This record gives sequence, structure tokens and C-alpha cells, in this order.
Amino acid sequence: MTTTQAPKPVAATADYLDQRTGISHAVKGFARKVFPDHWSFLLGEVALYSFVVLLISGVFLTMFFVPSMGLVEYHGPLSSMSGQLMSEAFASTLKLSFEVRGGLLMRQIHHWAALLFMASIVTHMMRVFFTGAFRKPRELNWMVGFVLMILGLLAGFTGYSLPDDVLSGNGLRITDGVVKSIPVIGSYLSYFIFGGEFPGEDIIPRLFTLHILVVPALILALIGLHLLFVVLHKHTQYPGGGRTNNNVVGFPLFPVYVAKAGGFFFIVFGVIALMGATMAINNVWNYGPYDPSPVGAGAQPDWYMLFLEGSLRLMPGQPEFVIAGWTLSLNVLIPAVVIPGLLFTFLAVYPFVEAAVTKDKREHHVLDRPRNVPVRTGLGVAFLTAFIILALAGSNDLIATHFHLSINSITWVFRFAFFLAPVAAFWITKRICLGLQRKDRELVLHGHETGRIVRFANGEYIEVHKPLDEQERWLRVGYEANRPLEIAPREDARGVRRKGYAFDRQLQKLSGFFFEDRVEPVTPAELAAAHSHGEHDQLDSSDSAAQLDPVRDATGHGVVTDEHKH
Amino acid sequence: MKALAARRHHRLTPVVLMLLALLVTGGLYAVLSPTSASADTAATTDIEAGEKLFQANCATCHGINAEGRDEVPSLIGVGAASVNFQVGTGRMPMQMNSPQAPAKPAQFDAEQTNQLAAYVASLGPGPATPTEEQVNPELGDASNGSAIFRTNCAMCHNAVGAGGALSEGKYAPALTGTTPTHIYEAMLTGPQSMPVFNDATITPEEKRDVIAYLVQQREGSAGGADLGNLGPVSEGLWVWIVGIGALIGCAVWIGAKSS
Amino acid sequence: MTEHNSSELTTSTGGQQLETFPDPGVPEHKLRMADKDPKAAKRAERQTVVLFAISILGTIGMIVAFFVFRLEGTTESTRNANLAVGLGLFFALMGIGLAAVHWAKTLMSDHEHVDERHPQRGSDDVREAAIAELKAGAEDSGIARRPLLKGAVVTALALFPLTIAVPLVSSVGGDWDISKFKHTIWKRGTRLAIDPNGRLIKAADVTIGSVVHVIPDVPEEERRSHEWITEKAKAVVLLVRLDPADLKESEERKTWSHEGIVAYSKICTHVGCPVALYEQQTHHLLCPCHQSTFDVADGAKVVFGPAKRPLPQLPIAVDDEGYLIAQDDFDEPVGPSYWGRLK
Repeated sequence: MTTTQAPKPVAATADYLDQRTGISHAVKGFARKVFPDHWSFLLGEVALYSFVVLLISGVFLTMFFVPSMGLVEYHGPLSSMSGQLMSEAFASTLKLSFEVRGGLLMRQIHHWAALLFMASIVTHMMRVFFTGAFRKPRELNWMVGFVLMILGLLAGFTGYSLPDDVLSGNGLRITDGVVKSIPVIGSYLSYFIFGGEFPGEDIIPRLFTLHILVVPALILALIGLHLLFVVLHKHTQYPGGGRTNNNVVGFPLFPVYVAKAGGFFFIVFGVIALMGATMAINNVWNYGPYDPSPVGAGAQPDWYMLFLEGSLRLMPGQPEFVIAGWTLSLNVLIPAVVIPGLLFTFLAVYPFVEAAVTKDKREHHVLDRPRNVPVRTGLGVAFLTAFIILALAGSNDLIATHFHLSINSITWVFRFAFFLAPVAAFWITKRICLGLQRKDRELVLHGHETGRIVRFANGEYIEVHKPLDEQERWLRVGYEANRPLEIAPREDARGVRRKGYAFDRQLQKLSGFFFEDRVEPVTPAELAAAHSHGEHDQLDSSDSAAQLDPVRDATGHGVVTDEHKH
Repeated sequence: MKALAARRHHRLTPVVLMLLALLVTGGLYAVLSPTSASADTAATTDIEAGEKLFQANCATCHGINAEGRDEVPSLIGVGAASVNFQVGTGRMPMQMNSPQAPAKPAQFDAEQTNQLAAYVASLGPGPATPTEEQVNPELGDASNGSAIFRTNCAMCHNAVGAGGALSEGKYAPALTGTTPTHIYEAMLTGPQSMPVFNDATITPEEKRDVIAYLVQQREGSAGGADLGNLGPVSEGLWVWIVGIGALIGCAVWIGAKSS
Repeated sequence: MTEHNSSELTTSTGGQQLETFPDPGVPEHKLRMADKDPKAAKRAERQTVVLFAISILGTIGMIVAFFVFRLEGTTESTRNANLAVGLGLFFALMGIGLAAVHWAKTLMSDHEHVDERHPQRGSDDVREAAIAELKAGAEDSGIARRPLLKGAVVTALALFPLTIAVPLVSSVGGDWDISKFKHTIWKRGTRLAIDPNGRLIKAADVTIGSVVHVIPDVPEEERRSHEWITEKAKAVVLLVRLDPADLKESEERKTWSHEGIVAYSKICTHVGCPVALYEQQTHHLLCPCHQSTFDVADGAKVVFGPAKRPLPQLPIAVDDEGYLIAQDDFDEPVGPSYWGRLK
């Protein structure tokens, strides 16, 4: 046994464990493992830590919450509920809030943490999407993350329905209505969920089991898998000097990340605690215990379900058909099942679509700058636009009251905007990305404008440009511009049409949509040409002609972006 | 003068001049703006005074005899309670006829309002203004009030009376600043889009219970800042602004190189 | 080190290799103040200690507040307790978090390290060995030569989950009797009562412009049960009185109302929220959930929003004491549509 400088009890414990588990292997491999450093890598941690906060506060809540729909009369301290009949679930929530010390704080921390969990998942997913971190070998991890998002939605939905109040109860009623609209099995599915007709007396205990056992267990397991993949694949890193596809440049786990990531846990928990201490959330006693008769203005679910709410609000009512006596409610199915299905499917399969149109089988560990992948960035922004429009549509009554507008007009505007705005957003984003890429090219070729004007003796004025240093230049040239696929010809040498050509052709067209408009990075030859002022003959050689083809627009005409005039 | 002229290029000069201009304009407006037509101080009874006020301010829309016309309701039988509510909350006189009559600063003082109410009440029997006791929140049961409010009122006015949207740009206003008397009268008379809750549907005691509930809501939330009591949408907005905002700020700080 | 991933960022352009700029390497390390100046380092250490101290004070403060602030059941006392305990918790947590991060940023070594990556896939040798192991195992099992055995194990394993699924699924659905959707507890002669207190309603008490939220008249004790809540979820009704001149009725529905008083199901035909916002001047009923709008003066037909069908109408009449009664149950299932609603 080697001697260490550790104090005796630590050394003894380490020895004890190692003799029984071989833990020294893990410590050797892990303790100084290098992780790259960037603030955007902390977004996933916000999700992880808010989940831990949910677990901690959740355990506290389970000590007091009663998941029963048995009816009791309230005789606690809250005068606005005195003598009213309510379920035990609702009554125990009131008791938690007003009679258990720290109870309201724990409830509020729990609910804010849930909202933050979903918000951070969305933010983290956006970062992963826009930087292309889902590419090989991380496609599987993207799927794991996607499922985690769905589970998060389920956890939130089951959770806020537990207090059995009017607001969440109407949410359950809507769920029942949507389920009933499913053809053939809908009515039975409704009975399956509620144990009979709505609302019955089984739903709250069932949601409780799902919320504290089934869903968290799945989430924990998938988080484990998610983190395992990060360890296995090592974390991605942003482009920069010295950062290649074959290394990880960063800091060691112990002590830097133990301190930074560990500290960040306390910061996340602290922010949630501050919100729970100062900002009221889900005051269920104002909504009242669930009864099928009342409903409040501002009937919305938690923010992460607003896309569904908006979708239901925007759909016109005409498409409900009776076919041979059977009722097909497309006015409910399309917004509640088809549209979310399409949106989520887009998210889930995107990595595979991109892999197919690039036929790129290499591993990617260096992230993309979003501007260098204009169509991906545009698609991401378009998706977000659609999602945000649905969320805004779900809040249309609040928009109406706060901006003095007609709720009917808002609904009509969003009906069109849902289809038009993402298209516009895509186009604008793509153009902005291409523009930024051209700006980068300009910068590399000509350097920074210094603002110093120099007049030569012969009367010529120039502005002095400061060339980029190595690091700045590397950031702007160190990417690959994907090109549209080239496919084997339709007929072989003997004129026989080959199978699979039609599919390949579709794939080629799709890759054209992705990569036809592109800006290639500056090459050293171009830079040299740019530095030789006015010597255009250097650019005429046939070799350089191919290099000097930085931008093509969709018609195939070359557009030279290089201007030698300052 | 020299001192003032010397400072004419000071960077705060435009600000000072702007303030001066605003003061002058505002002062002139306050002095010269037209006041509401007031009744002849020689009127003998409230009803007569009210009639004069009515002819000067209301008859152009509601008719000389308050009989109403197309799109403008008759006031015969609406009672003193209606007038007290509409005029007392400034809804009447309306600037423009529309289904929504927004509350605005009352154009008449309490005495004039009572005179108008007395005149309209004299046109035909209708609901009377409630007594102090009828609207005293301390005599009401907030729990029963919450149950009644939840079934009859929350769908338009929101669970705690923070207001809500109706169709085509109309809205049910927030009740946070409404007086108990006006709350009572609104329930009783059903102003504009609001339905009528007569004393058989919601008894006078139940109306007082509702008032007790609403007044109790003005204590604020037990959980902290109430964020407008608007529900999950505003909670979602704040978690993004405060929660994600603060945490992204911290993340940027953590990732930044220290000096 | 394998050559699967080239460190040169070359483009695959069908053969043409373009020259690229060389990687400038990791940027030069810049020293922080705490690295250069021992006084700055000491200051950073002090700041970190202060932050930890804030955390300790926060913890103490929180525990003190926990016992000092008593809950009296009032809004004020609850809010104060929540704030005091919560702020203590905030400082306790933030102190540690900020201290740890500050320490890492200012004092811990920030020299960048470089680790090597290796391709994810196993090398060809490892793969061959793995395949060999699997083949050996399959040989040992003998399954290759025994297709019947293979079929049997697959079938048995595929079927066994049914032993769990079938009892679970079939028990979870209660009595599975979906015909209950078609009926409510309204019957001929059931009196209309005010929701939630149960007072009976006289036709004369419903004035023009009134709206009354209605439940079937059921004794109070029976209304304190689950079965009642489930029945109420189909039986709630909205009662409105219009000027008969404004009321458009079809011939067969003329007997369903009483002197301008009409009763409609309060359950939205979209997805089931209570349709409760009655606009007196337009006689429109607005559902707050998804803004389906129904015209009460015209058979509660849909005038806006995602609902398709009008609200079912409850036929009402007046009994000899002047109370409003139902003539019959609704003539169609109330609430949202479902596949078999017309069967």
C-alpha cells in the first residue's frame, strides 16, 4: 500500500472500500476527468438540480398529503373554506399550507421547481439542437432526453392535479373529453383512466402513484442513462484553438467541477427557495375544491401544457363527422393528438433526418456555431415559433384583457400565424445566419476596421484594417460547410435503371433544401488573394476558380462576396 | 439673466424646459377645461335636481323621458341601485355607446349621484340602493361567499376577482378596487353584459357573504407576491423571467474567466 | 491512436482536398489576479469565507424563524412565516453555492487540461472476440439446431405479460358500462334547484337577464357523496330568462321552454368544461376553456370556437306550486362527443 498524506481515518476508509469494491479503478479514471467549460453546458444541470429539489421537497409533501377523494368538511384555520365539503386531498393540501410549518414553503418550492424543471429542459434541448450536439454518437442520448421531456410533462400534469382543485380538475375534465374523442376505444379509455365515469373516486390516488412512484422512477433511470452517455461519449466542446474532434480541453472534475457544479446545485436550489419564499404559486384555496359546476376565468394548465391548450383553442369546430352512426371528432383529435404528435415527432427524429441528408457517418464532438448550419437553425426557430404561438394562443384570454383586444380576433390571427409565422421565422433566421457567415468571411479576409484613415502621398485614402489573430480566425474558418448529396446516376453503364433511385433522389432534394444555400469557410488561398490588393489575375487560375465559389444561391449562379475595395 | 443664459447649453436644459412646458400646458388645461354641467342650485328636491342633471347629461342618449331608443336601454324601472352603480363608478355618462362600459373617474359627486338616482327611481319601481348593514363585509360569511362566488362569478371575474375576458373584446373587470356597495348593486342590477342576480337567486345575505369574500381577498396572498392572481400563465412567465433569467445569469458568471 | 477521425477539418467534396488553416492550439494561459498577487488571493479567500459565513447565518436564521414565526391561520401570519423561513433557506443555500463557485473561479487552478478521446466503437479485434464469444454461447445452447425450441421460448415469453396486463387492465376500468354516458339523473318531474345550496326555483323568480346555476333537486344528505359528484358532472344545467320576442325556437322545442325561460346543459360539447359565462346583452354563452360560444336565443348553437354541436336542452315546465321542473331527461348524451354517442 502506498503512503498518502491523507489523514488516518480517510486513508483507512479508502483502503476498506477499495479492498471490497476495487473503487480505486473508478477514482483513477474519474477524479481528474476533463470536462469542457461553457456556461451553456450548465443548462442541463439546472434541469438535473431542479429535479433533485423536486425529490427533496416532494418527500416532505408526501408526509402530509392524503391522496384520497373521500369527502370531509373543513374546519381548519382558513376562514374562506370553513365548513365546506371537500376531498381529503384538497383538505390535506390546505393543512399543509396553513397548519404545517414550512408546508407552504415546501409546496411553493416544489411547484416553482417543477416549472423550472420543464423550462430548463426546453432551454437545454434548444442548446443541444442549435449546436448539433445530437449528432453521432449522441443520437441515442437525444432520444433519452426527448423521453425525459415527455416524462417531465407527465410528472407535472399528474402533480398539479393532485390537490383536486377546480382549476386542475377542469384540466382533468378536458383530458377526459379529449380521450373520449379517440375513435373506437375512447370511451373505454375514459373508463380505464377514471375507473368509471368522470370524475369517480379513483383518479387522485392513481395520479398519486404515478406521480411519486412510476414517473420519478422512470425519470431517475433515464437520467442515469443520460449521464452515463455523457461519461461514455465525453462532453462535446465549442470550436476554438486546440479543440479538436479527438480531444477534450477543459478542467478536471476534482476540484474544479466538484466546486462549480456542486456550487451550482446550491445556487439553483437557492433561486428556487427565493421564489418559493416571495412569489405565490398555485393558491388552490382560491380555486376551491373540485366540483363539476364551477370554472374560473383564466382556465389554463401550467405553462408547459399551454401548447396543447392553445392548439385546442385555435381549432375551428366544423370538422366533426358522423359516419355510419359513428362520431369522428376531428375538431378535438387534430389539435390534441395530431398536431402535438407531429411537433414531437419532428423533434424526436430530427437527428436521423440530418444524418440521412448528410450521409455523415463520422463522430462529432466539436459543436457547431448555429450560424454555420443555417437550415437547422432556421428549422429550430420555426419549431419554437410554432410552439410559442400555441402557448400564446392558450393564453389568449389574458392577452385580451391585458392589451384590450378581442379574444375572437386574437384567435383568428393566431389561426393564420400558426402556419405563416414559422415559415417567415425560418426564412428570416436562415438569411440572418447566411448574413452572419458572410460577415465572418469579410472579417477573416479583411480584418477588423480600426477607424484609422491613412492618406497616401498620391491622394488615395484607405482605412487600415487589423488582421485577425490566429485564435479569432480559427473560430471563423474552422467549420465544414455541408454540400448537397451526390447520388449515383439513375441508369448504370448499360442503361438499366437501378432500384432505390427514387428514394435517393428524394434524399438528394432534401439535402439540397438543407445545403444548397451555403457559405464556405475562407481558405488560405483566398486569404492570400485578398491580401494582394487588386491582383485579380491570381484568381483566374482554374484551380482557384473552384475555391472561389463561396456562395451559390438556389439558381446555381455563383455570387462572389469578396470585394477588394475598403 | 446672465446666469440663466450662461446655462442655456447645460445638458439638463431640455429637461427643465420640457417640465416647464408641461406645467404651463397642464395648468392652462386645468383652468380652462369645461366642467360638467351642474344643476341649478335653486332646485328644491333631489328628484327635481336629478331631473335637471339627467336632462343635461343623460337625455341625449337615454331620451327626454328615459324611454331609451335603438341600442340604448330604457331606464324606467332600473331603480336607484342601477344609477348609483353606473354613475358612481363613472361608467355613465358613456363617452361612446358600446357593449362595454369601462369604469372611469366618476363625473358626479355623491350628492349629484343620489339626485340622479332619486330621479330615475321616481320613473318606475326598481332595485333600491342597499343599506350600510347590507354591504358590511364584517357581517358576511367569507366561506359561504367563496362558494357562491365560485359558482356564479369566478368564470367571468376570475377566482379572486382579478377580472377576465368575455367575447369580442368585452371583459369582466377586476373587483379589487370596487366598493362593497357597488358590488352589491352590480349583482342586483346586472349591468351591461353581467347577468342579473336578483334576491331570489342570490339572497341579500348571500350577496353580503360574497362581499365579505372579496374584501378578504384584498389581504393579498399567503404565499407572497400574488403576481396579479392570474394563474398558471403568469406563473409560467415569471419562472422564465426570474428563474431562467437568474440562473442563466449565474451560469454565465460561473463559465466566465475570472479576472 | 486510430485514424478514424482526422484532426484536419477537411471537406468531402468527392476527392478534392482543400487546404485549411492550421489549428493555433490552446490559447495562451492568462494569469488571474489571485495567481499573480498574493494580496488578491487573500482577498478572494476572505470573500469566499464571508460567503460561507452568510450561509451559516442563513441556516441559523432559518431555524430560528421556523420556531419563532407561528402559524395563526391568517394570511398575514402565514405570509410572514413563509417569507422568513424561505429567506433563511435562500441565504443558507446561496452562500454555499456562491462561495464554492467563487473559490473555483479565483483560487483553484484554471490551467486547461487536455484529455484524449477515443472512438466509441470497439476495435476490430475486440469486435471479433465479442462475436466469437456470442457464437460460442449460441453453440453451447444448441439453439441453432433446434428451431422448435427457439419458437417455443419466444412464444412463451411473448405471451406471459398477458398474465399481468389482462387482470390489471380489466379491473382498472370499473364496470366498463359506457351506456351510462347516455343518461343523467334528470327525470320527468325532477325539480330544478340552485347550485350549490339546493334551494328550489320558482318560475316567477327568474327575471329577464337572470342566469341561475341549476342542479336536480336531491336531498342534502345524498349530495354529500361521490356518486352525487359523478352524477352532477353530467346533470348541471344553466337556466336563463330571455324576452320571448328574442327567443328563436323550432316548432318541436316550443314546449321545452316556459315564457322565455330556457334550460341548457352546462357541460360544453367540446371537451366538457362548464360553459358558464353568460353575456346578458348578446345572449351568448362563452366557455372559458377554449372559447366555444353558444347562442342561447337560438337553440344554443355554436357561433364561434372549437365546439361543433349545440348544447343539449333540458325540457322544462312549471308544476302546480310554481316551481320549475324537468319534463324529461336530455334527448342526447351531454358533454363531449365520443365514438358511439349516436348508437
